[in-house]
Amino acid sequence: MTAATLAFYLFAISTITGGLFTVISRNPVHSVLWLILSFLSAAGLFVLLGAEFVAMLLIIVYVGAVAVLFLFVVMMLDVDFAQLKAEMTKYLPLGLLIGVVILMQLTIAFGVWGFSPEAQNNLAAATPTDVHNTAALGQLIYDQYFLLFQLAGLILLVAMIGAIVLTLRHRTDIKRQNIVEQILRDPEEQMDVIDVKPGQGL
Amino acid sequence: MIGLEHYLAVAATLFVIGIFGLFLNRKNVIILLMSIELMLLAVNINLVAFSSFLGDLVGQVFTLFVLTVAAAEAAIGLAILVCFFRNRGTIAVEDVNVMKG
Repeated sequence: MTAATLAFYLFAISTITGGLFTVISRNPVHSVLWLILSFLSAAGLFVLLGAEFVAMLLIIVYVGAVAVLFLFVVMMLDVDFAQLKAEMTKYLPLGLLIGVVILMQLTIAFGVWGFSPEAQNNLAAATPTDVHNTAALGQLIYDQYFLLFQLAGLILLVAMIGAIVLTLRHRTDIKRQNIVEQILRDPEEQMDVIDVKPGQGL
Repeated sequence: MIGLEHYLAVAATLFVIGIFGLFLNRKNVIILLMSIELMLLAVNINLVAFSSFLGDLVGQVFTLFVLTVAAAEAAIGLAILVCFFRNRGTIAVEDVNVMKG
């Protein structure tokens, strides 16, 4: 057994274990941590496949951003998760049934599957052999897929604005510092010099 | 030697685990979103495996776009969740019936 084979089985097993425990874990914080393990192992699989750029992207985007976002939300919301999990066993048989059926369908599809002989002649962008993965991907994205790349950026912009608009709230029942108002205060209007007569007061 | 079928088997298993999670955690929206992320990860593994074994780089470009959309979806979904929790004080799926839909 070579090192690559060993690494494949290691990453494959930890990907699937991570996925399984994400789903069946009782504590959502543990779920997120298992999800992170699953993503990291999948990144390892991508490295074995020779897709280093996508692997690093998976770690940065999923582990660094999405999983941390999940962790924040899970810890921020004060939800009684035990109560949410109470009826988990009720749906277990149905879930297992549907999972097994879909797995069998996928296995049937595996049995009769094979590359078409013309597949090698119909490549949209053959992997170049002289440059490494990141450079090749960059040349492809910034040239042939430039419009789609920009649209992906637009999707992220819309998502960012949407998330901010959804979660931002202006509370009216608290006092806030208004800096413009402070700067624009005029001493002439704010202060009055009053000549107080002795023994009278105001 | 590890062939394409091995990677496809891992992806298929992960996808089925994702579907299983959707049925198992019918009440908890956060785990539902995580299950969807798992299914998208399985799709990504498929795309990258085919891209690698076919020698076609476009599969990895598509993985990039799937990744982008998944990140955007998670962000929006969690924002909706936070907003909903603030208004209703719960995230149980069966309580999401304000619109009587």
